[in-house]
Amino acid sequence: MPKKKVKKVVNKENIRHDGRKLSELRPIKLEVGILGNADGSAYIEQGKNKILAGVYGPKEVHPKHLALPDRSRLRCRYHMAPFSVQERKSPAPSRRDIELSKVIREAFEPSVFTEYYPKTSIDIFIEVLQADGGTRCASITAASLALADAGIPLRDLVSACAAGKVDGRIVLDLNDKEDKEGEADLPLAYMSNLNAITLLQMDGMLTSEEFEQAINLALEGCNQIYQLQKEALKAKYVEVKETMNEGADEQ
Amino acid sequence: MPVFYERRQLVTPGDLLADNNYLAGENTFKENGKIYATHTGLVNYENRNIYVMALRSFYAPLVGDTVIGKVVEVILSGWIIDVKAPYLAMLRASDVLERSFRPQIDDLPSMFDVGDIIIAKIVASDRTRGPLLTVREPGLGKITRGQITEITPTKIPRLIGKKGSMITTIKKEVGCQILVGQNGLVLVSGKSPKDERLAIMAIHKIEREAHTSGLTDRVAEMIKTEKHEKTEVRRKDAQEKSQKSG
Repeated sequence: MPKKKVKKVVNKENIRHDGRKLSELRPIKLEVGILGNADGSAYIEQGKNKILAGVYGPKEVHPKHLALPDRSRLRCRYHMAPFSVQERKSPAPSRRDIELSKVIREAFEPSVFTEYYPKTSIDIFIEVLQADGGTRCASITAASLALADAGIPLRDLVSACAAGKVDGRIVLDLNDKEDKEGEADLPLAYMSNLNAITLLQMDGMLTSEEFEQAINLALEGCNQIYQLQKEALKAKYVEVKETMNEGADEQ
Repeated sequence: MPVFYERRQLVTPGDLLADNNYLAGENTFKENGKIYATHTGLVNYENRNIYVMALRSFYAPLVGDTVIGKVVEVILSGWIIDVKAPYLAMLRASDVLERSFRPQIDDLPSMFDVGDIIIAKIVASDRTRGPLLTVREPGLGKITRGQITEITPTKIPRLIGKKGSMITTIKKEVGCQILVGQNGLVLVSGKSPKDERLAIMAIHKIEREAHTSGLTDRVAEMIKTEKHEKTEVRRKDAQEKSQKSG
């Protein structure tokens, strides 16, 4: 039987199937404060990913027995819309949704000053409208902005990005195709100013050298995302200031 | 003594504000001798104290604050009030009655019922219990007329202005009463709903542009032009009507 020729995801010139270089992020668009009813909100588009994040709190915990006497309870729900993937996804929380909710919550626990508001809860809701790989990282990036938008005290913004191995090469910010056909995936969440990793997972096989290389690449990606996050938070206020200045010039 | 930002510069959570020799003020924290911001806001320093004026936050109850709240529950000996804080506030029946509460005689829902809006003062607030309210002062109690609007609590000082300059401007220009709750709820009561809407518009303009300077003048101007336009429109309408009938 003749060997079937497989089209490579990364070609010989180190260009990926979507035209990116090995260490290039997908284009990212961030918006803050786009939902009127939530206390804080943010929206992210990272490549084909489209994710909304909303935050409530701190507020009284319901049911009451869940309240913690010494700190605020962080709760997180990661949910994929039925239309977010090619084949309809059941809207009921799957095993994967529940796991991601947990790891995302744990990625925020070092960032939020939960001890400031004992016996309250801070609820994070993440809705994936369209998924194309790396949604947990994009969700963390968006939810961190939503927390900041809600005015919740934070040690630092959390930015997240994945690195991985595809066709024998270490690449940054894998999309769905690369994730499925690649050899390894390493999502990482990071607080840039405090230099602290808050989430690190790995799926697949990497040698220890490759692992180190992938971590460094992911950290670099996180730093880039961090700058975008800061810009997004400031954008809302800078805009008002600029229109003001223009108005003043006219006068 | 490095300070990494100028006065009134915009910072985001995690930004390094200063090295040692400084004291961590509001909305900042100190770790390993370095001071970082915890909120998005404008950085400022006075002497050795460095702090951030947050652009958005929620209300943290403080003793002595006047707040506006909604009755969410009538309980055995008082009411539970939502003051838009992380904790639900409590108003005791004995505080309203000015004597001890007698369950056989006193009918609490006839005084304040669920859904009523009240204006009250915080008398106690600690982390073991929610804030305790009182209405035993002139000007406090149930609100019966006017409109309520909400702004983020950090903008309240801007709404009031230096020595109340901003709030008196609105009151004078629009001609209505404005009661400001420290928790971000503002009661506007005027002669007509139209006046109230105009005042609310001005209040939201202040919230949006709180971090810019020369705001008082702009607000006064906005109210004037709005009023002018409305009277113009009304005059035109009246003219058209008279022409039609004539």
